[in-house]
Amino acid sequence: MKENKKTYWKGLEQLTNETDFVKNADQEFPGYLPINSNEEGGPSRRDFLKMMGFSIAAASLAACEAPVRRAIPYVNKPVDIDPSIPNYYASTFYSQGIYASLVVKTREGRPIKLDGNNISPINQGGVNAIVEASVLSLYDQQRLTGPYINSEKSDWLTLDAQVKANLAGAGNVKIVTNTIISPSTERTLQLLSDSIGGAEIITYDPVSNYGIIKAAEIFYGSAVLPSYNFDQADIIVSFGADFLGTWISPIEFAKDYSKTRKISKERPEMSRHYQFESNLSMTGANADYRTPIKASQSGLAVLALYNAIAAQAGGVSYSSPAVEINHLDKAAKELLANRGRSLVISGSNDPNVQVVVNAINDLLGNNGTTVDFSNPSFYKKGNDVNMNQFVTDINAGRIGGVLFYNCNPVYDFARGAEIAEGIAKVKVSVSTNETMDETSSLVQYVAPDHNYLESWNDFNPKSGEYSLAQPTISPLFDTRQAQESFLIWAGEETTYYDFLQENWRTSFFDTQAVVSDFQQFWDISLYNGIYSIPRESSAISAVGDPSVAAAAVARTYNAAGEGTELVIYTKVGIGTGTFANNPWLQEMADPITKVTWDNYLTVPQKWANDNGLRMQENNTGMANLTIGGTSIVLPVVVQPGQAMGTVGLALGYGRNKAGRVADGIGVNAYPFLEVTNGFVNYDITEGVTVELTSDSYAIARTQTHETYMGRDFVVQESTLPEYKDDAFAGRYRPRIYKDGEFVEPSNISLWQGHKYGQHHWGMAIDMNSCIGCGACTIACQVENNVAVVGKQEVLNRREMHWIRIDRYYSSDGDPDDLKAMEKAAENPEVVFQPMTCQHCNNAPCETVCPVSATTHSSEGLNQMTYNRCIGTRYCANNCPYKVRRFNWFKYHDNKDFAVVNYPQNDDLGKMVLNPDVTVRARGVMEKCSLCVQRIQSGKLTAKREKRQMVDGDVNVACAAACPTDAIVFGDMRNPESRLTNLLQIREDSLSFLKEVNEERAYHVLEEINTSPNIWYLTKIRNKDKSEA
Amino acid sequence: MQVTSSIREPLITGGKTLKDITHDVSRQVEGKPSLGWLIGLLVSVGALLLGSIALAATLWEGIGMWGLNKTVGWAWDITNFVWWVGIGHAGTLISAVLLLFRQKWRMAINRAAEAMTIFAVICAAMFPVIHMGRPWLGAYWALPLPNTFGSLWVNFNSPLLWDVFAISTYFSVSLVFWYIGLIPDFATIRDRATGFRKVIYGALSFGWDGAARTWSRYESVALILAGLATPLVLSVHTIVSFDFATSVIPGWHTTIFPPYFVAGAIFSGFAMVLSLMIVTRKVFKLEDYITIGHIELMNIVIIITGSIVGIAYITEFFIAWYSGVAAEQYAFINRATGPYWWAYWSMMTCNVISPQLFWIKKIRTSIIATFILSIVVNIGMWFERFVIIVTSLHRDYLPSSWVMFYPTWADVGIYLFTFGLFFTLFLLFAKFFPVINMAEIKSIVKSSSVRTNK
Repeated sequence: MKENKKTYWKGLEQLTNETDFVKNADQEFPGYLPINSNEEGGPSRRDFLKMMGFSIAAASLAACEAPVRRAIPYVNKPVDIDPSIPNYYASTFYSQGIYASLVVKTREGRPIKLDGNNISPINQGGVNAIVEASVLSLYDQQRLTGPYINSEKSDWLTLDAQVKANLAGAGNVKIVTNTIISPSTERTLQLLSDSIGGAEIITYDPVSNYGIIKAAEIFYGSAVLPSYNFDQADIIVSFGADFLGTWISPIEFAKDYSKTRKISKERPEMSRHYQFESNLSMTGANADYRTPIKASQSGLAVLALYNAIAAQAGGVSYSSPAVEINHLDKAAKELLANRGRSLVISGSNDPNVQVVVNAINDLLGNNGTTVDFSNPSFYKKGNDVNMNQFVTDINAGRIGGVLFYNCNPVYDFARGAEIAEGIAKVKVSVSTNETMDETSSLVQYVAPDHNYLESWNDFNPKSGEYSLAQPTISPLFDTRQAQESFLIWAGEETTYYDFLQENWRTSFFDTQAVVSDFQQFWDISLYNGIYSIPRESSAISAVGDPSVAAAAVARTYNAAGEGTELVIYTKVGIGTGTFANNPWLQEMADPITKVTWDNYLTVPQKWANDNGLRMQENNTGMANLTIGGTSIVLPVVVQPGQAMGTVGLALGYGRNKAGRVADGIGVNAYPFLEVTNGFVNYDITEGVTVELTSDSYAIARTQTHETYMGRDFVVQESTLPEYKDDAFAGRYRPRIYKDGEFVEPSNISLWQGHKYGQHHWGMAIDMNSCIGCGACTIACQVENNVAVVGKQEVLNRREMHWIRIDRYYSSDGDPDDLKAMEKAAENPEVVFQPMTCQHCNNAPCETVCPVSATTHSSEGLNQMTYNRCIGTRYCANNCPYKVRRFNWFKYHDNKDFAVVNYPQNDDLGKMVLNPDVTVRARGVMEKCSLCVQRIQSGKLTAKREKRQMVDGDVNVACAAACPTDAIVFGDMRNPESRLTNLLQIREDSLSFLKEVNEERAYHVLEEINTSPNIWYLTKIRNKDKSEA
Repeated sequence: MQVTSSIREPLITGGKTLKDITHDVSRQVEGKPSLGWLIGLLVSVGALLLGSIALAATLWEGIGMWGLNKTVGWAWDITNFVWWVGIGHAGTLISAVLLLFRQKWRMAINRAAEAMTIFAVICAAMFPVIHMGRPWLGAYWALPLPNTFGSLWVNFNSPLLWDVFAISTYFSVSLVFWYIGLIPDFATIRDRATGFRKVIYGALSFGWDGAARTWSRYESVALILAGLATPLVLSVHTIVSFDFATSVIPGWHTTIFPPYFVAGAIFSGFAMVLSLMIVTRKVFKLEDYITIGHIELMNIVIIITGSIVGIAYITEFFIAWYSGVAAEQYAFINRATGPYWWAYWSMMTCNVISPQLFWIKKIRTSIIATFILSIVVNIGMWFERFVIIVTSLHRDYLPSSWVMFYPTWADVGIYLFTFGLFFTLFLLFAKFFPVINMAEIKSIVKSSSVRTNK
């Protein structure tokens, strides 16, 4: 080919030899074209394809209809509410004596958990089961969603107009209420009363303490309920008063009492507690000396004690039939030795008995120290005489109008049936009850009140002590705070919130000198939840003398009654029945009988043997109980410790308009209450017969074996004198022979052990302080979304509680006779042992899980991974403590459990669930997590605040709820923690196996070397010597 | 060719020729089903269907359908599991261990015994799956499969995982062993069959040609598999017993368990073989092959294993007393005198006392007595597992958690289901597969032309 001499320029740039051009001239494609890679970071072809692929996939997915969950985002986020961050508000629970200043935990605007307010001088951070569970009542479907007129749903305008007009024209209006301890509420009622021509306010209590108030009036001239200071009492003598469980203000009393029951080597002293009672109450179960007495003897026992003390203390003795009561003389002697530091109380509602009790305390110089009339308490103000007059009047048609303020006397007053008839005879009847209960279903106008967690209120539980309640959620329904209704009906223009503030401004603002601005005072009080006015206690002098009362007691009580006597009591969980529709409370095992979902007749063990009644597992017999003319058939529970000749029956059951959970459960004992001289009498001593029928009954108990079979590897106990001699008293310390010497089981192990980093969580449970109340069980249930399973599943032995309280009776049996050891003693000693996951360092459950669903954390926790669990139940079988709980069914979103487990089934109930804790699926195992979500949240808080965790940053739900501080949780690696100090953990402890110097501390089942992180402290009874 | 001692009883009576054997065994496969067989199948399938209601209810509603509770986490489920696994022991023992020990009498029964093993293991293997709370996940999460869950792996410490390996190994080896043995017999049937059946049995026989080389390989494989299967006989029940022995529960935590469980398994397996074979030989007219001599030999094995089990029971009591451990002592006293005393004494009567009757020659050579006692033994062995599992669990360390266990209809229904499954499979096997190993048994027929008229 001929050489072409021509040069074709690619462009002018070539001709001019531009640098940019020359640089790229020999490349066919310029380098910046995205062909091979995008090393320079720009989008590549592949990126384009990826993007396109994603877009197409996303577009087609978006076209599918995604399930819409009702999650509505905030358009304008409230300042205080951050998703997943809880807010806490101080508030107050009060119902029928039970008072607790609270801290309400809310999540996304929903109250989900109640903790005691630590700065309250009354409950001091303690709560009980009823208080803990009350958060669920907020989300109860039974609550009325708006006002009703003649059982038809109406609106507030109509109702207000009619109520206002009708009340004004009714004439002789009565306002019936349970005890009100709110000064502002009382004022609104007073305003209402004034506006309708002076309506009388009638206060009654389902469980009345009017006898004490009346006795104070007789003896001291002032009709008040005294304050009791159990923490100052070295000798406590209680005649049938269940002050730890149900009597007057049980949380406060339990807290104070527990302070006298903590012992250590440094202070090996504790109070001595005598209990004389018919039923075995929870308080009696904690007594050092308990004597079963017949109810008909109780007055004489008090009088005998008075006479014994008067003989020594220079008082006047009164003639009394001789009565033989074990331990009474001993009690008298010790009371006399502890003047001013002792306390005698009686649960009787008989003012004559209470006058004698006042006289005893007066003689002992307890007036002004342990019993304080100068600073009365206001938990119970009910006046039985007025209430009975009201019942008589309403039936006689003498009453024109009646307003029931949050009370249900048709159900919970002795003469409820008469009230039901009487309501029909009044011209206008109004109720503010939250539900359509036995009373409100009979009235014309129902103006439902808010739940207390939706309300403003104030409280005055004791003289000088005040607290506030504030709304923690905006009202769920078209309800209205009752006080607001009273103000409207009284024609006041103000709202209750303003009224409350105004009342505080005028009443309390001036009683303090700390802040000068009212708003500041109000904010501080609201923030703290409480406000106290300092006060002095003093002895007040007696104005009466006990002679009349003593004569009446000697006359009315009987030293050797022959007949059967019925002692009506209240249960720790169900109380008066107001909160009966709460499945948590229904499923809470009674502290003593361990029965759920029922009430029953408790009969003495000997009586049962004589009559051939035997409880086999959950099978029991039924009895026909006849009182006067009325008969009722009910199940029987054999109760060790029940006084011979008596039977017991609990109030609070047999409701028929409480709601789906409670209706039809048990029998109603209120109609059996007698009214004696205008006082409601809870001891029916005449005309009671009990006959066993041939029917059998399945009664759902969580524990069916009564004794601990002498197994000192489970329960270790001793007496105070022995403890003083040897701090190891009662301890069982197994040693295993190895290589020529006896060594502790923990020294023999196949395991390598664990390495713990920052923390090593643990717990100590003081069996000496635990009173068995069950607050921990319910607190745990609320905190950890523990399912309620209902009576049938409890019968199937499948309750889900993560922490239970094992209650053991002592046995008289020969330790070698195992059959005899199964039988409880006739009047047994009782021990409570809270039992939960022991978080073993050598956990038997962890080794056997085939899929490693339960593992050990780096902080000593034994953890359950629900997602991984396949449900072989091997872990539960291999758990020597039997604390693992299996989801036998799907308990959530299952119509079979919709009624009993409504917290996990209906939309309203589900609002109570703790969003930090998974609701467990069917077929997985669950158990105590040591509130790992709380630990995590405490760690995160410390991290966010860039500091080390300190003791108290985290507390588990059970320990926080415990009204006696029997449960102490903490970090065993923190030398400052309460737990470390309580157990006296040795500094030279191996990294993971903690050794302790505290002599009372032991591990349950130490010999199998599971090496738990939960320690128990021995039970020490303040007895001169061991005896059953 | 078999040389038989003139003073020793021949293993096959009735003067059978090789042709007779082929005919006697194949006759069942080729003929129309008998009425007895049809009724049997109907009953079995009925039980299967009835039981499947309980199974469906359990799978649909949850394990709560059973009588289990917070304290007793296993009861009928694992009792049945161990019971069926135990029954499944006889087959491999007969075919493998007795093969190695050159016990020729096994030839008449090994085929059926192996089939029983496989069906029993199927029934057994069902329980570990359905007893799970979430079987739809557990069925594969319990296997060490690579997964997308990160480093999530099974727990090799858990005896339940060992069970998974033990059972699956045992099942697969037994199945292969059984099938290898079936191949020459399928070929025999194939050769006699026509049409569609020829195709089926042809496929099943894997093209068996009966050549000397094939036979040689067959023998080698059988011997190797026997060698492999022998340790499995011991290992499976040993590992099953580890489920209990490695735990901390009094009554479970016992080192005697492995030998005791293996003996018990052989004991119940032989009893089940006897129950089945006594019926089969009668219905299929195989009395000449499965003779009184066979029954007597098996009864002797039952005496021996029954006695071992009895000694184990007594040893457990002794050790409980000797250990001085209160909880352990209580567990055993509670077995004998507690609320489940009747289960314990049923076990003792059925397992320890009743097999001792076989010392009496008249009883161990009586068909009726053997049949009844073989069933009694299996009742006893079921109670043994029930006693170990339920009475140990129901009262362990903390008396607060002591409970009773009561079975529900679903517990019974699922047990019935496994019976239905087992007998359905066994009846199908008996009809369509040769119940006696023809090829093998021909090796022990007397070679002389003299007809033995015994």
